[in-house]
Amino acid sequence: MARLVVLGGGVAGHTTATFAAKWLGSQHEVVVVTPNAKWNWIPSNIWVGVGEMSKDDVTFDLAPVYQKAGIGYKQAKAVSINPEGNEGSDKPFVTVEYTGQGKAGQTENIEYDYLVNATGPKLNFAATPGLGDANGLGEFTVSVCTADHAVHASEELKKSIEKMKKGERQKFLIGTGHGMCTCQGAAFEYIFNIEHELRKAGVRDMADMKWISNESFLGDFGMGGLHMKVGGYVVSSKLFTESLFSERGVDWIIGAHVNKVEAGKVHYELLDGSMGEESFDFSMLIPPFAGVGLKAYNKAGEDITATVFAPNGFMKVDADYTPKPYAEWKASDWPRTYQNPSYKNMFAAGIAFAPPHIISKPMSSPNGTPINPTPPRTGMPSGIIGKAVAHSVCDLIKKGDRAHLHEASMAEMGAACVASAGKGILTGTAAAMTVYPVVPDFEKYPGTGRDTDYTFGEIGLAGHWIKHILHYLFMYKAKLNPGWTLIPE
Amino acid sequence: MEKKVVPEELNFQRDPKMSLTMIPGKFARSMRTCLIWQFIRFVIINIKMIIVVGKSH
Ligand SMILES: Cc1cc2nc3c(=O)[nH]c(=O)nc-3n(C[C@H](O)[C@H](O)[C@H](O)COP(=O)(O)OP(=O)(O)OC[C@H]3O[C@@H](n4cnc5c(N)ncnc54)[C@H](O)[C@@H]3O)c2cc1C
Repeated sequence: MARLVVLGGGVAGHTTATFAAKWLGSQHEVVVVTPNAKWNWIPSNIWVGVGEMSKDDVTFDLAPVYQKAGIGYKQAKAVSINPEGNEGSDKPFVTVEYTGQGKAGQTENIEYDYLVNATGPKLNFAATPGLGDANGLGEFTVSVCTADHAVHASEELKKSIEKMKKGERQKFLIGTGHGMCTCQGAAFEYIFNIEHELRKAGVRDMADMKWISNESFLGDFGMGGLHMKVGGYVVSSKLFTESLFSERGVDWIIGAHVNKVEAGKVHYELLDGSMGEESFDFSMLIPPFAGVGLKAYNKAGEDITATVFAPNGFMKVDADYTPKPYAEWKASDWPRTYQNPSYKNMFAAGIAFAPPHIISKPMSSPNGTPINPTPPRTGMPSGIIGKAVAHSVCDLIKKGDRAHLHEASMAEMGAACVASAGKGILTGTAAAMTVYPVVPDFEKYPGTGRDTDYTFGEIGLAGHWIKHILHYLFMYKAKLNPGWTLIPE
Repeated sequence: MEKKVVPEELNFQRDPKMSLTMIPGKFARSMRTCLIWQFIRFVIINIKMIIVVGKSH
């Protein structure tokens, strides 16, 4: 009997664990280590953040689902990996610290035959003074990155709306809280949901709305922007995004590294090296992401973290990490199997793998401050990678070490992003965008780097309906309800 | 002087940045919530997304 241990019960880890358990059956063991008691469909946190959904609508308890699937569940966080075992045993193991199940604070070593690291991002609020600290989100801004954060954000939004109803103007500042953030799409969705809510509440004219982001142009989205077919033209996402911001009267600051947050004010540096300040009454700033800080030790107990993980804390996989200039970046730099090069029984899936480099053009201010988005690894790629890794591990277990590994390169994979504005079936609209592939391949698609038949964007009810359907489909699928395997990632 | 105010165009004057982009007019906006058109778009977007999902696996 082989044991697969999956670290992280989020989008990627849950996909890996549930498919592996199904394909391996009861002859082998699948164990999930994750500190959360509930699964969260994170994209719908946006609707929680404007009070249109509750925390219960976007989460469910993991324990009964894992019990149904025959998956071992440890409510704990992984602390370190010993891929060679220790002096007493050759068996690799992971050290975990419980966060629940009545064992909070206790540690345990869990042996494994295969390990999948799907621990997602550490929300690194501490990277920007005032945005937060080692304990998480600070007191001046809100966040929608977790369901609890989103509940808090919606309460603060309600207070702002009440103030506007009483005649007090409010300034909303939404975007990224550091020069090296990713996930601009989430902030983009949030600002337009707030705008929609303010219209609905009849107070839009009392609000000044501003976007602040580390993108060098609006519509970069961490993917270097995209070109899409609209009305017979192939246009840049810059035009598409600037058009939406202008239509809705939302001002913008771009190329900004937020370097300090105070009560009601952010300080930032721009790509041209100048410094600025922006005031706010309500602000949601996405924190930068880092790896969750797992350590690794060899058999002798020596620290080999730098061998297994990149400096940003994400796990090294089969990417080409050779430093090279932007002009030499290639689609083939991106990983295909997500296998760790040093320890072949370890994989990383979702946000937890270390990308070879960013996707957007690297930029820095004359002061040397890097200001560019880091690459997004959104829900669809995270799920697809999680499934490919599950496939590989199952084949390795069933067919032996020489089994063919399954591939899922982000340079051959699309992503569907649907940014809603509002929630009502007939009143909400959404910017539905599909990009193929996520990482541009200028050798295969000279000109735009992408297939413009499948890279498109438009605003309307249709995208909004799709967003609704995706919410219910993915919640249904994650609960392993009948037919769950038929729903694509 | 009689003014001709087109509400959709007012934001062009709001900020120099905004005057350099395109803003949808009444017709383009109404198509976003036109049920028949959006139903057609719904079918087309879904087909395209399914193809993209298929190409990605
Ligand atoms: C507000 C918001 C909106 C978004 N909207 C969209 C969208 O519309 N479309 C889209 O495609 N994507 C969207 N995304 C991105 C999407 O949520 C992520 O791509 C996806 O969640 C990544 O999956 P993951 O499994 O890598 O990480 P996660 O889903 O974050 O899962 C990581 C898991 O690891 C656990 N973990 C953390 N530390 C440890 C540890 N030490 N040991 C064990 N487990 C650990 C965490 O508790 C968590 O359960 C959005 C993200 C945000 C924040």
